[in-house]
Amino acid sequence: MKEIFKMPESAFKGKATWKEIPIGGIIPEPATSLRYKTGSWRALRPVLDEKKCVRCLTCWVYCPEPAIERLEGDAVRINYDYCKGCGICANSCPVKAITMVEEGA
Amino acid sequence: MAEAKVLGLSGNEAVAYAVKQADVDVIAAYPITPQTIIVERLSEYVNNGELQAAFIPVESEHSALSTCVGAALTGARVFTATASQGLALMHEILHIASSLRTPIVMAVVNRALSAPINIHCDHSDIMNARDAGWVILFAENAQEAYDLTIQAFKVAESHDVLLPVTVNLDGFIISHSLEVVKVLSDEDVKRFLPRRDPVYPIDFERPTTYGPLALQDYFFEVKRQQADAIGRAKEVVRKVGEEYGKVSGRPYPLVKEYGMEDAEVAVVALGSSVGTLRAVARRLRKEGKKVGVLGLTLFRPLPRDELMKYLEGVKVLIVMDRAVSYGSTGGPLYLEVAGLLFRSDLRPLTLNVVYGLGGRDLRPSDVEAIFNEGFKCLERGRVEKELLWVGVRE
Repeated sequence: MKEIFKMPESAFKGKATWKEIPIGGIIPEPATSLRYKTGSWRALRPVLDEKKCVRCLTCWVYCPEPAIERLEGDAVRINYDYCKGCGICANSCPVKAITMVEEGA
Repeated sequence: MAEAKVLGLSGNEAVAYAVKQADVDVIAAYPITPQTIIVERLSEYVNNGELQAAFIPVESEHSALSTCVGAALTGARVFTATASQGLALMHEILHIASSLRTPIVMAVVNRALSAPINIHCDHSDIMNARDAGWVILFAENAQEAYDLTIQAFKVAESHDVLLPVTVNLDGFIISHSLEVVKVLSDEDVKRFLPRRDPVYPIDFERPTTYGPLALQDYFFEVKRQQADAIGRAKEVVRKVGEEYGKVSGRPYPLVKEYGMEDAEVAVVALGSSVGTLRAVARRLRKEGKKVGVLGLTLFRPLPRDELMKYLEGVKVLIVMDRAVSYGSTGGPLYLEVAGLLFRSDLRPLTLNVVYGLGGRDLRPSDVEAIFNEGFKCLERGRVEKELLWVGVRE
């Protein structure tokens, strides 16, 4: 394997220098987006009221990330590591079980 | 070294012949005057079986270069050609090609950008693209167009470079003039230019993301790498030019010089004008005038040290631009040279000549007048008009 194919661990922490990363911005291994946590982009945080949730999975279908996980019995859980806080889940929820609250509030 | 063949070829045909011998895998192109003959010949080579390549006719130059980028990422050896408006239409992909580090070779048959619409030579097309991160080579005649095309693949595909390369040849002046061109044997070209050894080809066994998003965290690093790569390209172009000399008997220095051992008035230029300048300089030197000519084979990256070493002792330096950098303090080449001088201890008087726009001829009498203006500056000890428009009706 060519040296150029190595992705240094520091790259995933935003610390790698220009000499350490692969050329051309290529990412020489799959599924690295899992290691790129976009949750910090969020200004508004979706909060799910499980008591109101009717398990219709509308939010799960609509989440563009996808940061809504489907659980046993079609319950859902929001993955805050990746949720960017766009609010589509709250908007699409037919029973208003998701509310957007200010991050840090 | 097998025996060289001598053919009568136009600049365009010489480029097509070189590309055939380079045994490219993919050609994606869109016809545009004065480049059309290059891809026309290549399509004939593919059609008659002389070249085993995918010839992809596309609907625009934007698509041509986009196709080349994709093809180059698979590990293929890739060629395209364009001119003027075509190069302008490619503009956004020019940056993508260099940033994705795709070693595409492209002939640019220099032609004026519209408007007014014009099909003849000037350098406004390539100068408009000079900061796109491509290695830029300039040919002086059909022979150089042939030789540099072969060298361009070796430079582009070098693991120290991995950048796209343009070979520039002046529209009609070089592209359509029939010249005697010495071509290498196919075997010599194969030896000089073995199959491409791709560094990160598309490979289903190794899923890779090409062209991903890079924001505040990595964009800057990728650009820094790119600047480093084009900087390193200079040494590679130099070595390839030397090595090519061993194969062909025609070594390629980064800067061609004539009369610089004692020149007091010297000109720097790009493209076919270098030949005209040299022819006039030869005559003037016979008359005892200490003139010299510098022709840049490599424009990007600028061979700064190689150029500067000739400038010691030069009293008047005339920089020839076949393009205008509108609203700037000089033409594109002048700005480069002035920048180099500023960083050195050398302070020759400098003149900037803008000439030949839209195919206006640069006649030997024009060149003589330019040199004479240089000598007038030398006598006066100062420059009255820094920018000279040569050949325009005042």
